Amino acid sequence: MGEYFHSVTLDEAKCKGCTNCIKRCPTEAIRVRHGKARIINERCIDCGECIRICPYHAKKAITDDLSVIDSFKYKIAIPAPTIYGQFKPEYSRNRILNTFCSIGFDDVYEVARAAEYVSDATRKLLSEDGAKKPLISSACPAVVRLIQVRFPNLIDNLIKLESPMEVAAKMAKKKTAEKKKIDPSDIGVFFITPCAAKATSVKAPYESKQSSVDGVISIKSIYLKLLAKIDRTDESRQLAQAGFEGIRWANSGGEGLAVETDSFLAVDGIHNVISILEAVENDKIESVDFIEALACTGGCLGGPLAVENVYVAKTRIKKHVEASKAVQKGSRLPLEPYDESIVWTEEIAYKPVLKLDSDIEKAMKKLETLERINKDLPGLDCGACGAPSCRALAEDIVRGNAYETDCIFKLRERVRDLAAQMKELEEKSPPTMG
Amino acid sequence: MNLHYEIPSDDLAHAGEASSSVKKMLVQLGIDPVRIKKAAVSMYEAEINAVIHGGGGSAEVTIDSDKIVIRIIDNGPGIADLELAMQEGYTTASDDIREMGFGAGMGLPNMKRYADELDIQTRPDKGTIVTIVVYFHQ
Repeated sequence: MGEYFHSVTLDEAKCKGCTNCIKRCPTEAIRVRHGKARIINERCIDCGECIRICPYHAKKAITDDLSVIDSFKYKIAIPAPTIYGQFKPEYSRNRILNTFCSIGFDDVYEVARAAEYVSDATRKLLSEDGAKKPLISSACPAVVRLIQVRFPNLIDNLIKLESPMEVAAKMAKKKTAEKKKIDPSDIGVFFITPCAAKATSVKAPYESKQSSVDGVISIKSIYLKLLAKIDRTDESRQLAQAGFEGIRWANSGGEGLAVETDSFLAVDGIHNVISILEAVENDKIESVDFIEALACTGGCLGGPLAVENVYVAKTRIKKHVEASKAVQKGSRLPLEPYDESIVWTEEIAYKPVLKLDSDIEKAMKKLETLERINKDLPGLDCGACGAPSCRALAEDIVRGNAYETDCIFKLRERVRDLAAQMKELEEKSPPTMG
Repeated sequence: MNLHYEIPSDDLAHAGEASSSVKKMLVQLGIDPVRIKKAAVSMYEAEINAVIHGGGGSAEVTIDSDKIVIRIIDNGPGIADLELAMQEGYTTASDDIREMGFGAGMGLPNMKRYADELDIQTRPDKGTIVTIVVYFHQ
């Protein structure tokens, strides 16, 4: 997969070319051209805001169809903790997990369990000397990509640990290969996701050369299949392994609570995340050791590929958390020894996608022109030109991707001038005609 | 290129807009992110000082290919004891301001920390001119 593969894509037939998505995109990565939204690939961070905002459902996330599991002999589902919030509270966690075996999977491993290993590693990092505080969680891939394009000074603050999804995939494969004596290449591990950005992470990972996940299936694409089987599922197999700390990761603040620091900050919603990261970059956040930042409002429960309303799902997760807390008597579940490193094997670098030119002199000229054009535009930020704001249009013009007359007000001015000129000419007649 | 911003008086909700606009431009110019941070933070501190202490004023910014020069000009009461004001934690901000999370006595020390060159001209009752220079290559 190329560097700019994105899960978030456009369904051309459904797109009306309206301005909802261009206005909402946190990285100004969308323009409307010829009546259709175009995503600027190098700017897109796969946050899924456009999927949520589009009234015509023209933005979608490319994920795998359930049939992808058929190409493997042994199929393991690794559902995100968000799954527990999608079903009525009378269904136990174990029943929900067993239902995956009713729709074609052979086994289930909870990402919530892997989250407890990641939390443990994070706690160790936090207690180490020399860690660049505040440490910023890398659990949300949209936030990692946001930092890569907009907050380069914070790249060193990112916790370079694999996500619970990757850890779950590795653990599930290893365990199954050892226990069942199956060739690892015959084992397929499939992430059940509420998140578009995770689909991108599997197809084009930034933390390693290749993801351990073999496919990404959206919760909404298999929800009805699960629902149809959940009542008739035999739940005798003990598949629920995670503790309350891992389950709570689905919720905003869950990871922060799990890493056990007195001073963590949890922020959710991509625009709120941007405000907080701005403040961190400007040294305005004091005495915070750990930042949990999630692109979706409400955390992963608010993911664009989840089914249930985020606030309803929150209440349900709370019930599962409380139930597990009661069983565990409030203490943490012990972790089995895990000797594989979960540290990233690849580095991420700043992507200066907003740079106007690689030659500073030229960039300066373009910036001056940009400012001059911007001053001359109406400042209504109407979006009719296909850019999210007047300034963005000015930027597009200096980049050679738009014209001043793309602005309907500018166009009208030109038409009026032309009309005045025509009228003036019309009044003149050749001397011979007297 | 030359930029001019008005800095409002006592309006903390909108304070910092000039420095964040300048930051955006430096990003578009492709300046090294570490240098951008130096310019943005030192300008932000000077801007906030002008809002809190200086009764507002203006920012005059000149960017060329190797450096940015930021001048923050206010017509406030001036800084009575500059040496004292340069010390970390020294503040003359009111309790109200401090309750809002500003006025921690870090403004001038932070400016000194992040600016490559810092010059402060201040006269009692005449106001203060803070000049910050950050070089892009060093």
